[in-house]
Amino acid sequence: MGHGEEHDSALPRMASHRSVPLLGIESLAYRADARTILECLTLEVRKNEIHALLGANGSGKTTLAHIIMGCAGYAPSAGAVRFDGHDLAGLAVHERARLGIALAWQEPVRFEGLSVHHYLCLGAHGPAPAECLRRVGLEPEIFLYRVLDKSLSGGERKRIELASMLAMQPRLALLDEPAAGIDMPSLEEIERLIIDLRGGGGAVLLITHVESVARIADRASYLCGGRIAFTGDPATAAVRYRERVR
Amino acid sequence: MLSALATLYADAATLTDPHTAHIVIEGNQVISRQSVPGVELRIEEHGERLAAELVVAQGARIETPIHTCIGFLGARGTQRIEMRLRLAPGANATVLAHCLFPNSEAGSHAMQAGIELGATAELHYVEGHYHGLAGGMNVRPHLAVRLGTGAHYFSDFSLTQGTVGRLHIDQKVTAADDAVAEITARVFGRGTDEIEIRDELVLAGRASRGLIKTRIALCQDARANVVGITRGRAEGARGHMDCLELVRDRAMARAEPIVDVSHPLAKVTHEAAVGTVDQSQLETLMAHGLTPEDAIDVIVTGILR
Repeated sequence: MGHGEEHDSALPRMASHRSVPLLGIESLAYRADARTILECLTLEVRKNEIHALLGANGSGKTTLAHIIMGCAGYAPSAGAVRFDGHDLAGLAVHERARLGIALAWQEPVRFEGLSVHHYLCLGAHGPAPAECLRRVGLEPEIFLYRVLDKSLSGGERKRIELASMLAMQPRLALLDEPAAGIDMPSLEEIERLIIDLRGGGGAVLLITHVESVARIADRASYLCGGRIAFTGDPATAAVRYRERVR
Repeated sequence: MLSALATLYADAATLTDPHTAHIVIEGNQVISRQSVPGVELRIEEHGERLAAELVVAQGARIETPIHTCIGFLGARGTQRIEMRLRLAPGANATVLAHCLFPNSEAGSHAMQAGIELGATAELHYVEGHYHGLAGGMNVRPHLAVRLGTGAHYFSDFSLTQGTVGRLHIDQKVTAADDAVAEITARVFGRGTDEIEIRDELVLAGRASRGLIKTRIALCQDARANVVGITRGRAEGARGHMDCLELVRDRAMARAEPIVDVSHPLAKVTHEAAVGTVDQSQLETLMAHGLTPEDAIDVIVTGILR
């Protein structure tokens, strides 16, 4: 556990002989432009778990996702990121993806000339593209052969990004603000999808600043001041988050 | 020439279709031609140059694309073509121009084209080049296009297979009232290819509209210079230029958009991006397990599609 981190006493503390977590982050630090973004951050995501990461805007949640994925410019200045016990240091994005880590980006990029079908086939191990689209509320007849360019709305592009998680069936899905840009009536659909990702045997790190989204998680952590300030049940994490934000 | 076309294009069989107008030119000689009702073809061979005129009759709607197959199969050759393409008022046609230089080591192709669209006529002009790997071609298509009132002109030039060699496109489109023009060029340069594109769109008529879209991918030592010019000359004229050039290795690219508006109620906008492959796009595809090389291929193929 990191310095100053609270732990929910109602939950059993992890025993020293517990199984290796799927994602283990130990004393992670990250600096950008001489500014400390993350410091001594410790976090574990267990197998078959939805783990919510709550935090205010600019608290470093997306930065953490990029560090886990190995994006350029996001090498930690200290600490380690382990996946199923293996240190990810030095591995490129595609090598991490091949281990089973996938990231649904907060603001998914657009591609000229790349069809939704093609995109959903890249690295796919799960259901067919049409089925993935249906499960995020998009009609395959309309969207399957659309191009992933500016002609899609922000919400449509976001759903396609989530559909790609279903298609890839990663062992660890990093979902960065999956509810952003999604209309309220569709939120339940997205929550079901997140639960489905865990149901397939994977784990989910659910990054959000919306506490209602975090309620579907098995556990939640609250990120504040570059550190994990609390880990425990989602309701308590939400309370801590609300108190700090106020 | 026909067999080369059959090798390179799946739709080559359409040339034997009696309902498809076509003209096949090898070097400066016509080797096959066919008209259909509503399409008139006139050709004159003058030794080292060839003059062709293609006229679509007033109100004629040509359902099957007109094919023009132009090129030469030898290692050396010079081709000089003067082409006049005229769509009478209300006519509608698609022209598929296949330009084949599969074995050229030192050749040139110069095309001087005049395109005229009468009122409300619509032309889709799709020009696809296939050059071999030797890179010895010098291609100079120069087009002057005049659009009548309410005419629609869509042109799509692509040279994405084989080695470009030297390419110099010079196109000027003048649009009358309510006319619409969309000009697209897609080129993949490699080796020591030199690409020069100058597209000029004059929105002379009231409520005329136009788009110049350019997509270039360069690698190794290739060079590209893209000049897009849009002139807004009338009330309600709307123009946009969109240029994207991807650069890798030692390649160099330049984009020069020129916005020239001389009417207070005209509007012309532009966007140009020149640089390496977008890091976010690259990492998004790598996060699907693609190697950086495969991810770049997907991105480049997409923008040239």
